[in-house]
Amino acid sequence: MIDLDDTDRAILRALQQDGGLSAAALGKLTGLSQPSAWRRVKRLEDAGIILGRQIVLDRFKLGFDVVVYLGVKLAAKGRVGLEDFERAVCAIPEVQLVQHVLGVYDYRLKVVARDLSDFERILRRRIMTLPGVGEVESNVLLSDEL
Amino acid sequence: MQIDSADRKILRLLQSNAVMPMAELALQAGMSISPCTRRLARLESAGVIKGRAVLINHRALGLAVEVFLRITLDKTRSNAFDEFIAAARRIPEVHAIQTLLGRVDIRMDVRARDLAHYQEIYRERILGLPHMSDVESLMLVAELKNSEALPI
Repeated sequence: MIDLDDTDRAILRALQQDGGLSAAALGKLTGLSQPSAWRRVKRLEDAGIILGRQIVLDRFKLGFDVVVYLGVKLAAKGRVGLEDFERAVCAIPEVQLVQHVLGVYDYRLKVVARDLSDFERILRRRIMTLPGVGEVESNVLLSDEL
Repeated sequence: MQIDSADRKILRLLQSNAVMPMAELALQAGMSISPCTRRLARLESAGVIKGRAVLINHRALGLAVEVFLRITLDKTRSNAFDEFIAAARRIPEVHAIQTLLGRVDIRMDVRARDLAHYQEIYRERILGLPHMSDVESLMLVAELKNSEALPI
């Protein structure tokens, strides 16, 4: 773990607000020159603190009105079962998030769909047919509050 | 705004690499640079592209524990949602709150330095939140996929 000072933390906070900020804009916000802001970002990337950048699209404008969180229990346990399930679930394009968890479920998934009937199709054809899948619980996202 | 197949091509390329240089983007999208620049500007001004986000490794920042709480509220109280959410927003370690339709009402993500720190947050702050009738916890073991990419 690398040591972070207040300037590094200010850079991370600014980038969490807007990941598209240039080194010049970051420098202006944190009182650094453009090259030293760039070096600090580079150091945070090299240390594995900044893992990468993603483009953020408006899912509604692209017709994806539904987000569903799924809790999945595996029916067949065992190492081979886990690997088969993980490989197959990560390959589904509508599945944005795959997390292995401890608790009442084994996996937590986030699925995007155009509407509820599109979600039903994904659930029946892609999720319920995954190797080793057992009980599945769906919770539809209503709103983000934070 | 109408989005055609060339726009979708640009969006797919940017989903695979958010910092792709314009020349490369135009080349891979099969167009010259100026129409590519125009299309990108249009997608941004129409709000289809909302911006860029950085992915931060919170474990590398010393937050080793991530717990997802699944909360059921006492819905006999008319203002249960509003009061719960207002109180939960005041907990700094809570970094996401979402309302859901399904078996649980709210999901909330909590990050902590270690299990002792998590236990302190859970006992001192979470269990004191108003109108909770049930809470279940899922603890993150490993994240196998985390992508905002849409299947366009």
